[in-house]
Order: sequence, then C-alpha cells, then structure tokens
Amino acid sequence: MNAPLIEVESLYKQYETAAGPYPVLHGVSLTSDACGFLAVIVPWGAGNSPFRSILGCLDAPTAGRYRLDGEDTGRLDADRLAALRNRVIGFVFQGFNLLPRMNLRDNVALPLLYAGVDAASRRRRADELLERVGLTRVAHHLPNAISGGQQQRVAIARALVNRPRLVLADEPTGNLDTHTSREIMSLLAELNRESGLTIVLVTHEADVARFARRQVHFLDGRIDADHAAASVREATA
Amino acid sequence: MTFEMLREAWRAMGANRLRTFLTMLGMMIGVGAVVLMLAIGQGAQYQIQQTIATMGSNLFIVFAGWTRTSGARGEAGSAPTLTIGDTRAISALQSVAGVAPLQRSSLQVVYGPSNMNTSVYGTTPAYFEVRSWELRAGTAFVEADLRSAARVAVIGSVVADTLFGAQEPVGKTIRIRNSPFLVIGVLAPKGQSLDGRDQDDSIYVPFTTAQTQLFGNRFPDRVRYMLVQAASEDTMDEAQRAMTALLRQRHRLPADADNDFSIRNLSAIAEARQQTTRVMSLLLGAIASVSLLVGGIGIMNIMLVSVTERTREIGIRMAIGARRRDILMQFLLEAVIVSLIGCAVGAALGVGIAFAVNALAGIAVIVTGASIALAFLVAAAIGVFFGWYPARKAALLRPIDALRYQ
Repeated sequence: MNAPLIEVESLYKQYETAAGPYPVLHGVSLTSDACGFLAVIVPWGAGNSPFRSILGCLDAPTAGRYRLDGEDTGRLDADRLAALRNRVIGFVFQGFNLLPRMNLRDNVALPLLYAGVDAASRRRRADELLERVGLTRVAHHLPNAISGGQQQRVAIARALVNRPRLVLADEPTGNLDTHTSREIMSLLAELNRESGLTIVLVTHEADVARFARRQVHFLDGRIDADHAAASVREATA
Repeated sequence: MTFEMLREAWRAMGANRLRTFLTMLGMMIGVGAVVLMLAIGQGAQYQIQQTIATMGSNLFIVFAGWTRTSGARGEAGSAPTLTIGDTRAISALQSVAGVAPLQRSSLQVVYGPSNMNTSVYGTTPAYFEVRSWELRAGTAFVEADLRSAARVAVIGSVVADTLFGAQEPVGKTIRIRNSPFLVIGVLAPKGQSLDGRDQDDSIYVPFTTAQTQLFGNRFPDRVRYMLVQAASEDTMDEAQRAMTALLRQRHRLPADADNDFSIRNLSAIAEARQQTTRVMSLLLGAIASVSLLVGGIGIMNIMLVSVTERTREIGIRMAIGARRRDILMQFLLEAVIVSLIGCAVGAALGVGIAFAVNALAGIAVIVTGASIALAFLVAAAIGVFFGWYPARKAALLRPIDALRYQ
C-alpha cells in the first residue's frame, strides 16, 4: 500500500445554527506518514470534536476531501462507511464506551460480529486481545465490575480486535488518573512500535501528546503547527 | 449472527424486567381476549348450527288462524281453519316434499312406578322424515296405524330414560292419560330446539289416535299447525306461493279477505339466528382486536423509549461497524420477541379462561388451532408493524449524533 492511510485535503466544516452558519474547520489538510503515531493537539475549549468525528467517518465535512485507506469517504453511503469503520478504524473513546449489559469478552468481540466472523473465531480472537491487555481473568465480568483504567484497556482490545490499520484515540486518558494515563499511553505507544499500527491521538494535554512521534497543533479550526514530537527531535538532534 | 441477535434482544429485555413484563402484559391481554372471544363466538355459532341441523331443512310451519273472543285475539292455531284435508292437499303440491300435521298437549305418562308429565304430539309418519329424525330402537308408526287409530307411541330419549331407566322400552306398555299405549320406537337424541325446548322430552302418537282418544277434540280433523318441507332450497318461495294459493282456494276466501292461516319460513328464521350469532362473534372479535391494537401501541411506546435510552449504545455500535440493517434488525427482533412471548402466554390464558368459562358457566366454547395460529400471526405482524417505526428511527440515527447523546 503506497498511498498514505489518511489523506485530508482542505477540509471545511460548519454547523447550521439558529444564528446562521457557524464554521469550525477552515481548510485543514493533513497526510499521515510512516511514523504512524500522531497527536492532534487542540487547546482547551477549541472544539476538536468536528475533526475527530470526520476522521472517524462518523460525520461528513461541509467541503473538502477525506481519503481513508484509499477510499474517498465522501462517496460512500452510511452502510459502506460503517463497513469501512469496521475494517479500518479502531475507536478508543474518553468515556470507554463499553456496552454495559455485555460481558467484557463479548464487548471485545463485538466488531467481529458486524464483520461477519463466526462465533468460535470471535471468541478466540477476543481472548487473544484480552490476554494482550492483561485482562483474561475478568473476561466474564460486566464493564462496571472493573476500574476505569481496566475498562480503557478492554476498549483498546476491542479497537484492535478486527486488525484495523488505524486506532483513533479521542482523549483516551481524559477520565483516568495520571498513573493509569501513563500506562494506557505506553500501551498505545507499544502497539505502534510493535505492529506499525497508525495511531491518531486527539488530546489537549501536552503531557499525553509527548508519547506521539508527530504533533499537530490546532488553533481556531486551522493547523497552527505540525512537527515531530520533542522527544523525537531530541533523539535525532 | 441470528443467535447473537436473539441473545442481545434477550439481554435488552432482561435489563428492565418490569417494563418488559408490562409491555408483554398488554399483548397477553389482547391476544387472550381475542382467543377467548373467538372461542365463545365459535361455540355459539356451533350450537346454533347444531340446532339448525337437527331442526330439518327447508321447513315451513303453517298455523291455523285465530279465534276472537270478545275482541281478544286467540293464539295462532286456535281457530279450526286447517284440516287434515289441507294437509293432504299440500302434500300433493310439486314443490313440497312432505307434510306433517301436529297437535300437541301436555299429558301425564306412567310406566310402573315412574310418572312424568311430557309433551304428547299427534302426527303422521311423515313427521320423522320431515325432521330427518332417526330412531334409536324399534320402528315408527305407519299409515295403517293412523287409519286404525292404533295405540302405539314413539318416545323421545329423555322420556325413555326417565320412565325406563336401563330397561329396553320397546314392547312395553305405558299409560298416557290412563290409556295404554304400546311403545314401538325410541327416537335418537336431538337436543335443544331453536327456542331452547328439549326435543327429546316428548312422545309421538298417530294423529288420529291422539285426536280421538287423548285430546278429546270436538273436530277430530282439525290441525293446529303443520310442518311442511319444501322439495329443495330453491323451491322454498314457490312452495310458499303454492301453499298460500291452495289454502285460500280450499278455504274459499274472497280476494279481499285476509289469510285465515299463517305460513312461516323456519329456515329463514334459523338463518337469521345464525346471522345474529355471526355478527355477535364478529363484534366480540372486533372489540378484542382493539385491545390487541392497544397492546401493539404499548410495544411501540416502549420501543421508542428504549431507542431513546439506548441512543448512545446505538452510536457505539455504529462506530464499531454496525450497519443500519443491523440496528434495525436488533430492535425489530426485540419488538417481535416481546410480542410473540406476550402472544404465547396470552393464548394460553385465553384458552384456559375459555375452558374455565365452559366449566363454570356452561357456555359452549370451541378453541380451534386456526384461531390460535391467527393470534400468533397477528402478534408477529403487530411486533413487526409497531416495532418498525422505532427500529427505523434507531437505524436512521447519525452515528455522530447518537454518540454525542448524553
């Protein structure tokens, strides 16, 4: 695959409000690179959600083009987008977003269900991932029986279960304490190193962003700065 | 996938058991009511049909005219306007298959220590053919018995059981109003007549015998009423016209005089009764269906609440790859399952109550497989119909809106 995983070209987004159109993105262009661990850093209060939603194929831009894994997302209908999300993207949310009535193994296996994988393979793959994040013991528990950090690890297992090319982590540590945050970020960094998985981290915390190898700073709906992370620069200097 | 979806529907239903139960309760009551009402309606129809079947087909009843005593009209048949001669003349008509004159009185009947009061009819052998009434034992009387005014009797099954118990009645002699009569036949049971009388509680003797020896009539030839059977259903109208013309001519009625007899079409009356019952059961079914509809609306209501409550879940599922069809099916399946379980329990309740009604109130009920199958079909249809809108609402949510929903 020679084409970059993510190609964003002059993306515009505006919301229709009672007071008229309200623009939130003003021509954002971004292309993922080989390093594959990218932090999108947004200042407090500056809506990062439009860009994250478009990147996750959950929302469509008002104008501009977004190619994911070679597919022009603007040309896909709802079901094709769902299939694309299922195949290419693994989501990690701030609020974990595990389904509360399902045990953890079923939660992890859920994307495979929509991918049409048979039950035995789903279970096997889910167990593999639970082992990878070190939570085999609690596979049969419901999400509310474990801590937030553990829930986020289960969410990461779910994100990885269908072997995506991209993990989209939206404030993954926003609900966690510092210590747990570091664990989660290390896990993500490790996954990036091990398997060359592209990770896009959306955050407003510089402390979290330093785990990434490239940092993209947003300001007022535009890209303000785009550079290699400090640690990387120091290493290459 | 299907199993997974069933499990998911089960989980969702289990998450709020009371609510699920109450939703099902609506369906239970609806389906139970429909099944019960169908059972009662069909029972009533069956009963009417039985009665009509035992009545005999294509029947008229012809009454003699009435007397007037100091301005008060007597009952139909009180005037001596019909005679046995009219009976014979009518039976000669082409459109008529058979005629049986009838004269009735309530008399005391004795056999040994047994003693009862019952309806005694004087009639002709044609009566048993017109009513298509079989004999359980023995034979009916014949024309010769009529001519000789023989003291023979054909008794109904209730009379036989009351007077003779386990004994064989044929060949025994009973006393009717103190006159000895030889029992020559026992009729097969027929049950209730249209007006609810027990037709088996009766005795039939030759018309002539009855007139001269039992009823002590001043006019032994007079007939109070007669049963006339038309040759076929198609000749009913023709038979009525021919009889009217014939009787008017025989009675020498001037053109401007009223009939001194009356002809009633029993089959038409029976049909009307049947129609009434049919309308009644339709009405019952319709009223019950309303409760089914209300149950369906209950499902829709709860599914709408459920979709709203689970908006976030829908968003998560969509984010990780659920297509619209997956979401649609998930909610539709849930609605159908609630509907079907409600239906199964409701049908069982309906059948149970139907049999309880039958046992306690003696109302005839008929539970057919078809009515239960219908209830299930309707329940599934209601599940799909009322589940569709909420499920579609869920499926059409935009993932971003669903995810953001708090």
